[in-house]
Amino acid sequence: MKIHEYQAKELFRKYNVPVPEGKAVFSVEEAKEAAKGLGGFPVVVKAQIHAGGRGKGGGVKLAASMEEVETLANEILGMTLVTHQTGPEGKLVQKLLIESGQKIEKELYLSLLVDRATASVVIMASREGGMEIEKVAAETPERIIKVQVDPLMGIQGYQLRQVGFGLEIPAAAMKQFSGLLSNLYKFFVANDCSLVEINPLVLTSDNQVLALDAKVDFDSNALYRHKDLMELRDLDEEDPLEVEASKFNLNYINLDGNVGNIVNGAGLAMATMDIIKNAGATPANFMDVGGGASSEQVENALRIILADEKVKAVLINIFGGILRCDIFAQGVVDAARKTNINIPVVIRMEGTNVDEGKKILAQAGLDLTPAKDLSDAAMKIAAAVN
Amino acid sequence: MSIFVNKDTRLLVQGITGNEGSFHARQCIEYGTKVVAGVTPGKGGQKMDAVPVFNTVAQAVNQTGADASMILVPPPFGADAIMEAADAGCKIIVAITEGIPILDMVKVKNFLATKKCRLIGPNCPGIITPEESKIGIMPGKIHKKGSIGVISRSGTLTYEVVDQLTKLGMGQSTCIGIGGDPVNGTNFIDVLSAFQDDDETTAIVMVGEIGGSAEEEAAAYIKANMTKPVVGFIAGLTAPPGRRMGHAGAIISGASGTGEAKIQAFRDNGIHVCENLGQIGRICKEVF
Repeated sequence: MKIHEYQAKELFRKYNVPVPEGKAVFSVEEAKEAAKGLGGFPVVVKAQIHAGGRGKGGGVKLAASMEEVETLANEILGMTLVTHQTGPEGKLVQKLLIESGQKIEKELYLSLLVDRATASVVIMASREGGMEIEKVAAETPERIIKVQVDPLMGIQGYQLRQVGFGLEIPAAAMKQFSGLLSNLYKFFVANDCSLVEINPLVLTSDNQVLALDAKVDFDSNALYRHKDLMELRDLDEEDPLEVEASKFNLNYINLDGNVGNIVNGAGLAMATMDIIKNAGATPANFMDVGGGASSEQVENALRIILADEKVKAVLINIFGGILRCDIFAQGVVDAARKTNINIPVVIRMEGTNVDEGKKILAQAGLDLTPAKDLSDAAMKIAAAVN
Repeated sequence: MSIFVNKDTRLLVQGITGNEGSFHARQCIEYGTKVVAGVTPGKGGQKMDAVPVFNTVAQAVNQTGADASMILVPPPFGADAIMEAADAGCKIIVAITEGIPILDMVKVKNFLATKKCRLIGPNCPGIITPEESKIGIMPGKIHKKGSIGVISRSGTLTYEVVDQLTKLGMGQSTCIGIGGDPVNGTNFIDVLSAFQDDDETTAIVMVGEIGGSAEEEAAAYIKANMTKPVVGFIAGLTAPPGRRMGHAGAIISGASGTGEAKIQAFRDNGIHVCENLGQIGRICKEVF
């Protein structure tokens, strides 16, 4: 689960990870008041959306006076910000972070993440602040400092020094930096983060180290033990159909094609999207109703997909293992009757009791197109939309 | 032969008195798996059908000689259940549970490094040696004894592959789902090396998906160490970057974990690539 920069910085403050003084606001008036509270200029006006690249997209600007704060807040609030992470449709800016400007000496990069291969928390740092770490990794891998922390031991003093000296932190700021990194690790572990990225981490002209930006992603599987963090979820940043699907434990992602699809199991769902593409059509979504989907799940899935106006046809692909095809077919028939389907639906079923399942579909008197196998299903769905 | 499990495997089921646990324990018994014990804390002394239930895994192992465990407990208790099984001496631990926090798994993985056991999963369908032992939630009847080894990160996608193989007359030596989580126990290379050493396995089907770099590493391993033919498939070529595709581990982060890179790695290392899932059975028939 992603959160906003201002929320991440509030959490950082609680863990004594230094951040610039600032306040989140929702209107131009509030922006001016917040700027006044900072007691000096320049002030930074930052758009708060769940996507990176805000600076390049025109969502982060420096104001030298109160008039500029007003102009910029007016300009950025309500704009649709397009960055490389938002997609071409962009994201509506509804909140701003008003922050005091800093005298920056150096920009650095610091992140913590769970490394899959080594099953550990890895600290990544580089002196190329402001640059994407992947770009640094590709072009100058020797400039990346990578330290692996033993999860059973926690972070050690020598590891803090390894990162600090690697970043060429001056002696006067080293103690503060070690504290920052050590606290950041504590924050990461205590809140089940999957990623914490500070880009840039800055060294100011008076030798202070500060997190100028903050990106935090939490492990969704661990949110059950962090009820407080769940309150930070911002539904405005999510697709409304995805929010609806999440209420029913459906794994759903809205995409830009026109073939809706419902599949049991995540791997098979991905493969089904690929098959649709292979046949010359494009998937409108990813929808995994779970390996042993109930008829209720199927009904909700169908309802959500049909609510998506760009969907012109639906492919249902089920491998009935534990889930029996006859029970599933009955679920589809019930769901189809309740949801009033008015676009072509192709169904491919395989597995336990498949013949009984096919019979139920055939006798239902509904306009459902059966497919005999995956290739047949792909052909029929492509024909339906092309 | 087969790998990791066979007709002599003595299984205990953690979480056997729950809905999922009892249902799948019964399915395993029906298939012929020797289910010798169940564990549910606080329900020791009861029975699930004819299977004795114990309070702890250690008691179950001591009294029944169980050497493998299948875990079907809710995710908050998953990590603890795995460590309990490892500590009690289970050699094979199959964690079906989906949704264990990743930092729990990070700790578990480091804990297991000090134990002599193999963890399969979590978030996986399990392992089956057809007509001998089924430890997992896969439908037993689509499998057939034979000589093809199957490895996958997925559940129903694996059933799809196995079903096509069986229908075309190609049986399987052992089928393993290693799970869709980013941090898991057994990886592709562990299984590939076991299949290479197994006399009964003559060919391998490897089913990967987007996210991480396990497929790329496996591809390099195959080129360097394996003589048996491998057919590979990758799911998620149309997946958008930065989104978690159902499985916690199936996510393209920046430029890493893309399907294209994995398929390229397969091709570069002599793996027969199947691009269309509907054709995987036919391609295996041709290659094998």
